[in-house]
Amino acid sequence: MNTHVISLVSIGAHPTSGRPRRAEQDARAVELGLQMAGDKLQVLHAGNIAEPTLRSYLGMGLAQLHVLEQPAGADALPVLSEYLRDAGAQVVLTGSQAETGEGSGMLPFLLAEHLGWPLIVGLAQVESIDSGVAHVLQALPRGQRRRLKVRLPFLATVDNAAPKPRQSAYGPAQRGELAAHEVEVEEDELFTGAVLQPAKPRPKRLKVIKAKSGADRMKAATAKASGGGGQVLKGVSPEAGAEAILKLLVEEGVVR
Amino acid sequence: MSDIIRRDPRAEWIARNRLHPLHAAMQPAQHSWMGPNGVIRKNVHGVGFIGPNGIKRIDRSGAQQGGAAKRTATVDVQLPLHQVAAPAFYINVVPDMVGGRLSSHDRDLLGLARQLAGSDGAVLAVVFGEHKENAFATAGVDRLLVLEGHAFDGYSPEQRVQGLRAVDNQFNPRHWLLPDSRSGGGELGRRFAASLKERPATRVWQIKGEQCIGRAGAGQQDLARPLPRLILAAAECADPVSETRHEVLPVELSTALARRLPRIEDLGAVAVDPAAIPMAEAEFIFSGGNGVKDWALFHQTAAALGATEGASRVAVDDGFMARDRQVGASGTWVTARVYVAVGISGAIQHLQGIGACDKVVAINLDPGCDMIKRADLSVIGDSAAILQALIAAVEAYRHGAKRDAA
Repeated sequence: MNTHVISLVSIGAHPTSGRPRRAEQDARAVELGLQMAGDKLQVLHAGNIAEPTLRSYLGMGLAQLHVLEQPAGADALPVLSEYLRDAGAQVVLTGSQAETGEGSGMLPFLLAEHLGWPLIVGLAQVESIDSGVAHVLQALPRGQRRRLKVRLPFLATVDNAAPKPRQSAYGPAQRGELAAHEVEVEEDELFTGAVLQPAKPRPKRLKVIKAKSGADRMKAATAKASGGGGQVLKGVSPEAGAEAILKLLVEEGVVR
Repeated sequence: MSDIIRRDPRAEWIARNRLHPLHAAMQPAQHSWMGPNGVIRKNVHGVGFIGPNGIKRIDRSGAQQGGAAKRTATVDVQLPLHQVAAPAFYINVVPDMVGGRLSSHDRDLLGLARQLAGSDGAVLAVVFGEHKENAFATAGVDRLLVLEGHAFDGYSPEQRVQGLRAVDNQFNPRHWLLPDSRSGGGELGRRFAASLKERPATRVWQIKGEQCIGRAGAGQQDLARPLPRLILAAAECADPVSETRHEVLPVELSTALARRLPRIEDLGAVAVDPAAIPMAEAEFIFSGGNGVKDWALFHQTAAALGATEGASRVAVDDGFMARDRQVGASGTWVTARVYVAVGISGAIQHLQGIGACDKVVAINLDPGCDMIKRADLSVIGDSAAILQALIAAVEAYRHGAKRDAA
């Protein structure tokens, strides 16, 4: 396939130690891009070029990584949308949310809005791209998949349903080239009113029993779970029973 | 309440005491009716009352005194109705409605909206397409706006954003609340925010006054910020409404919605291998227990239905199913929307494992077992015959659907 694919990457943080690492979902975006475009994949980062973790993306077998140079706390949206408008990409892949900073997951949505491109959320697999139309599989909760048809160019976010990223190798990581681009820096106005603080563990929700009498409290503490007043079909033929079950399954939309 | 007849000594005492203010209310109804020949019949056993020593007394003086009438327990308590006649402002909520019903996340969100609305504001729920929910009133919905139309069928995020923008123009709500979930709310909320050019607060788990706190980054940090107009709230962000009943007045959009040509076309769900879905998150589980004798037929039925297979502990111990398929306290706690239990009587450990399931269907020989008390639909009968009929019914249904489509 000779599709022009750009993957956007960011610096992640290890969930336990908090040390910088390649971001999990961004690595998946790179992997998917490599599967789609091979060597022609372009990888783009907006941020600090001196960050050593960037090389772990190069270690996935990339020759070059483009960096739009920005200090920390700058707004990545205008520089990225400007770059992408002129880059002539057909598919842009991103992770679904950043692992550091605000991590609101808004960037792909805002980019799509700025560029006027359609956005696919939770891309799992690209089935085919011909004559400007792509058939893709979208990952849904509970392991389900949905097939979508979308016109190029489009933006897509990947989540954990996308293919697992390949390992990052040390040699290619050191040999790869970081290509810097000078861009205008715009400050992000979020942190004028907002404060980042260490995450507080959320209190576990207690099971509150609003019983008026002692008997009700006793019952709530000891009673078995019961649906209460389900329909019971007794003495019906197996066919009638099966019909009733099928009716419920079809109503719930689990039998298609 | 149990059906056991109990003496209530206090009620009996009131019934005997003609000076008590509740005396009249405690008098048993006289059972007499007109017989077929025009003769008045009386229930002789209903006459009289139980005296203080537990002995039946009949007072023939005409002034009936006892109170032996069985009190029927009124279990369904009417919660007080919360009315908002002329809302000062609106708090709009867009619930996920997974499977056409409010999820627990949606209820938490409505609870949060209720907090934000206070006594003057109204909670307006915006629902797309058909729904099966009938408990909007107790979930805290003051106004309900159902956006109907084929444009909202299937996966139609762009059309839905269009709909929400129309709602925004008409009602100009103080806040928009959406669930930050993977089943639609998170995506719709972000699309809507991008289209409104508003910066939403995401993964919000606490709102205190004018400040809200949400998770940031990969969950190691919290972001505290002033409350924005658009809020994407995490699960358990607030307690659901439990003490009031609400009006659920239907409202409508004053303008017709423009139909927008979708740029993303939905080609429908793709069949996935049900065995590859982890059991804890499977949507539809078909589970077998001790009552299943023909396991080949069981597997065949699961394949025909397209369901993930599960098993009770007995079936696993007997070697009919793999250990990783066990549902219950020592196996997997499942969250399926629909759970079909074949020949499972419902040990408490198993019932704990399916506590989060929405609809439970039981097929069993024993009408008195605990699984049937839990189930929403139970069929009493031989599992083999019912499974065979079920396979036939599913195939007929699929054929019928194909013929209709052709």
